[in-house]
Amino acid sequence: MTDSPAVWASHLRKRYKNRTAVDGVSFTVGRGEVLGLLGPNGAGKTSVIKMMLGLVRPDAGEVMLLGRPHTDPGSRARVGYLPELFRYQPWLSADEVLRLHVRLAGLKIGDRDRRESLALVGLADRAKDRVGGFSKGMQQRLGLAVALVAAPELVVLDEPTSALDPLGRADVRDLLLSLKDRGVAVLLNSHLIGEVERVCDRVVILDHGRVAASGTLAELLGRRSLRLSLTDVTAEAAAILEPFTRDGDVYTVALPEDVPALVADLVKRGVRVHAVEPARMSLEDRLLEVLRENS
Amino acid sequence: MTIVLTIAALTLQEASRRKVLRSLGVLTAVLLALSAWGFSEISSDYGGLTSGEAKVAGSTVLNLVMFGFSLIAALGTAFLAGPTLSGEVESGVALAVMTRPIRRMQVLTGKWLGLVAFGTGFVTVAGVAQFVIVHLTVDYWPPHPVTGLALLAGQTAALLTLGVLFSTAISPMASGIVAVGLFGATWIAGVVGSVGDALGNPSVAMVGTVSRMLLPTDGLWRGAMNSFQDPALLAQIGSGVEESPFLSMQPLTGVYLLWAAIWTALVLSLAAVSFQRRDL
Repeated sequence: MTDSPAVWASHLRKRYKNRTAVDGVSFTVGRGEVLGLLGPNGAGKTSVIKMMLGLVRPDAGEVMLLGRPHTDPGSRARVGYLPELFRYQPWLSADEVLRLHVRLAGLKIGDRDRRESLALVGLADRAKDRVGGFSKGMQQRLGLAVALVAAPELVVLDEPTSALDPLGRADVRDLLLSLKDRGVAVLLNSHLIGEVERVCDRVVILDHGRVAASGTLAELLGRRSLRLSLTDVTAEAAAILEPFTRDGDVYTVALPEDVPALVADLVKRGVRVHAVEPARMSLEDRLLEVLRENS
Repeated sequence: MTIVLTIAALTLQEASRRKVLRSLGVLTAVLLALSAWGFSEISSDYGGLTSGEAKVAGSTVLNLVMFGFSLIAALGTAFLAGPTLSGEVESGVALAVMTRPIRRMQVLTGKWLGLVAFGTGFVTVAGVAQFVIVHLTVDYWPPHPVTGLALLAGQTAALLTLGVLFSTAISPMASGIVAVGLFGATWIAGVVGSVGDALGNPSVAMVGTVSRMLLPTDGLWRGAMNSFQDPALLAQIGSGVEESPFLSMQPLTGVYLLWAAIWTALVLSLAAVSFQRRDL
């Protein structure tokens, strides 16, 4: 079973009254892989996640979670989920919420492990406090602890940092990297593209309910390039830069194998080199490009 | 079964933590105190009556007070049923719970079981306390207290099951209002039916019969009343009491009890189907 992907979703389709929210979305999340789900508001990201987890009935399509059909509740035994709309029983304490989820997951997890889960999200000293008195940020932290408490093999995080301060966001980033190190598969839906770019192995971009682009970051963002700030560029010097794109004095070329040799060559031809820096299209630029192409 | 019991316990814990129990306790204590005062007044003011007549008065007022308790239990649980299910769906509390390896049917059954336990517990405690008060003040003890309380618990279960069904499809507030509205309408239809019986008008009497089939709360209430009354005492005051909404001349038949059980099971199954199909 461990050979099967953490998530296998095929041709998911969902229509709400007159609006098609998801239209033939397919993707996989490998074991131990971190997949970023990107797209504008209303692209269908949350609907895809909800269909995957059995919260919303798909009109068509299939999902396998950890090698089992998603219609089998047992497929969610090792799945942790932080919903976009994170709310927990306000009349329970943080520790009681975790205890409830451990019991529902059918596991036996001791007090110490539960305390550790709360400590991991910075709520160790609020374990006995009622959730009703928590700020939104604290509730989101509790949601992370709930998602992680039952030793998950797949964690689905829908906007996990929407209510967190910069420190909290950094904590979540560290948490994601530690999950990755432990071989836990993660499906991350986030509007914070920098966050996705830093931790994700692959990205799926959704737009108007369809997959607009998908692949590894290298596949999506293309080869790395080199940005040079140059003056006194003669026609002869420009020829050795070909092919290039130019924006004023800034020339962008595909990253050559020997950067010092290129720079030396330019200097020899009388070009004044002011700056040389590696560059790559940012995920944000690529996302905007995909969405513009799609509209 | 562990999941069902966990959710049932959670439902009871919610009722307790949200101060529903405390509020209900205070309300019940006030009602019991008022009824104790009222029954002691019956005892003293009816000094000129025979002890049998005083007991008839006590038996009738007992039904009136028990109606108050049944109303609190039925309405309370119907209003609890809405927030506990559709309220959790609306707020998002259900999202994290439902993605655990559990079936929706287990959650629904657990909630239902917790509410039934809550309603039954309330009816039993308040009912027994009331019986003791009546016994101490007018020396009356109902002939079938256990049957009566069981029927009251059944009435509570029937209405809350309807509340649960509505809460799988409509908002918490709307589900409570509709369930309570139907409860009141059925009770009034039952009274109209009793008047029809008393007047010998079968068409009017049919109103009560049909309503008691469609929603068995009034039928079960009438069965409970019959269990609380002493038939010998009723015979003493003769005819002309049939149309009273707080007296019931006939005990429930086994067929009707079976229908009430089937009705509750059917409505719960419908709720399960509706909840299963709902997008969260």
